[in-house]
Amino acid sequence: MRRNYHLFVLLFPVVFWLVCFFLLPLVSVFIYSFIERGTYGGVRWDFTLENYRRLFDGLYLGILWRSVSTAFVCTAVCLLLGYPFAYYLARYRPKHRNILLLLVVVPFWTNFLIRTYAWILILRTEGLLNNFFGAVFPNWGPLELLNTPLAVQIGLVYGYLPFMILPLYAALEQLDMSLLEAAQDLGASPRRAFWHVTVPLSLPGILAGSMLVFIPTVGAFLTPDLLGGGKVSYIGNVIERQFKTARDWPFGSALSFMLMGIVLIGTVLYFRALQGSESAESS
Amino acid sequence: MKRILEVNIGLVYLFLYVPILAVVVFSFNSGEQISVWEGFTFGWYVKLFEDAALWRACRNSLMVAGVATVIATIIGTTAALAIERYRFRFRTVLMRCLYLPIIIPDIVLAIALLIFYVQTAIPVGLISVIIAHCVFNIAYVTIVVRARLQGYDNTLEEAARDLGANEWQTFWRITFPLIAPGIIGGALLAFTLSIDDFVITFFTAGVGYTTLSVHIYSLLKFGITPKINAISTMLLANSIVFILLFLWFQGRTSTTQKQEV
Repeated sequence: MRRNYHLFVLLFPVVFWLVCFFLLPLVSVFIYSFIERGTYGGVRWDFTLENYRRLFDGLYLGILWRSVSTAFVCTAVCLLLGYPFAYYLARYRPKHRNILLLLVVVPFWTNFLIRTYAWILILRTEGLLNNFFGAVFPNWGPLELLNTPLAVQIGLVYGYLPFMILPLYAALEQLDMSLLEAAQDLGASPRRAFWHVTVPLSLPGILAGSMLVFIPTVGAFLTPDLLGGGKVSYIGNVIERQFKTARDWPFGSALSFMLMGIVLIGTVLYFRALQGSESAESS
Repeated sequence: MKRILEVNIGLVYLFLYVPILAVVVFSFNSGEQISVWEGFTFGWYVKLFEDAALWRACRNSLMVAGVATVIATIIGTTAALAIERYRFRFRTVLMRCLYLPIIIPDIVLAIALLIFYVQTAIPVGLISVIIAHCVFNIAYVTIVVRARLQGYDNTLEEAARDLGANEWQTFWRITFPLIAPGIIGGALLAFTLSIDDFVITFFTAGVGYTTLSVHIYSLLKFGITPKINAISTMLLANSIVFILLFLWFQGRTSTTQKQEV
């Protein structure tokens, strides 16, 4: 009886908060996605499927495709840059390794707005990149880099690279080196040992890093807004516009539900793949 | 092969730090342009101290982050204790729901809360922002405190109870001191995330309740001045202090764990 009382005291606040300020709001989004928009920016309580039908317009499918493919490219680039980086770091002398790791963590803890702004400083027409090359090459025509999809892509890679490196590092650092030695003793070339021992054993880190990069980038709002200058639309910006300027909350809700669906499918696939890699490891 | 790895590591560090260093260097630039060097000055920092709107935004940010951190730390710690120390029905369901706020995109959580506030007629001001920040902060605190609770076995608690301590005494004399580094680590993380958050604040703050992030955003959107470089540098210095604090407490975590062994 006392045990139940203690458990109730411990659980009540968290359950209360989650139900009131997380689950109920999600239910309201779900309901809003099925009603009509009102004439003056409000809503009309009539059931409709129109919001979901509009998602399949070519325009929104295109925006969705851009968001998902940008997130994929971002994840791939982060993995390509981050894996060799984490691999090297995990084998570095322990004494200096912590300092090197700290240098990865600093951007991770720094305000995201500031880190995005830094790229405005670099990429704008009279920014550092153009000034630098203008000084080196006399006939350098300034490149218009800001407000392009490339700027958004760079900003996203910059923003989320630490999220890839840290789990990769955690996985590679725990790697049992004797397994690699065993593979090489048995005649495997270093390349073969890498692909058949190191990569499979670090798969949980690869999966976790990819998740941590893919999920926030697919729904990113700030980076496309600041570095894309609103000229190229991503799903996060379209949702923001429905709520802040277009005042079509029901359609914005339907878009949000679709975005959440993509992310949840990604999460389920992640856990499937993780279980797969764990059972492969144990067998 | 080793050369390629070394080149890669150098390039990644350049990529991570050139933008940040550029902001710091240009915060001392006397020109009116944000990225054309003209001369050295402390002028922008002096201007920061005279900027009343900026200070108001700072105060709002500190208040929101402070209150949200206290609430989230208490709720997150109790949640972690319940999950780690008890087996109950819906435990898995609770764990999944608990981590959902950090899995779903920021913008979805933001608009969900906005719709909810409008529907329930909860006024949007600073309190609505605090409530929203707690939603994701509870999840982060729970993760950090759970990791700490998993780090030691509970034979010490059993020993205390065998020696006649009641559960309240056991908690405050044994459990709490042992998990305190985890709780402080979680609180520091929550505070940083709260100060840094833009998207959720942007949707759930009422007009006139500007936090630092929202203030910076409007500066970036409507007229970038070199002052932004100085604000950025101050925030950067601030986050370095916080990382060092966090690592210090984490370091204490690992030494106390070693002492137990």
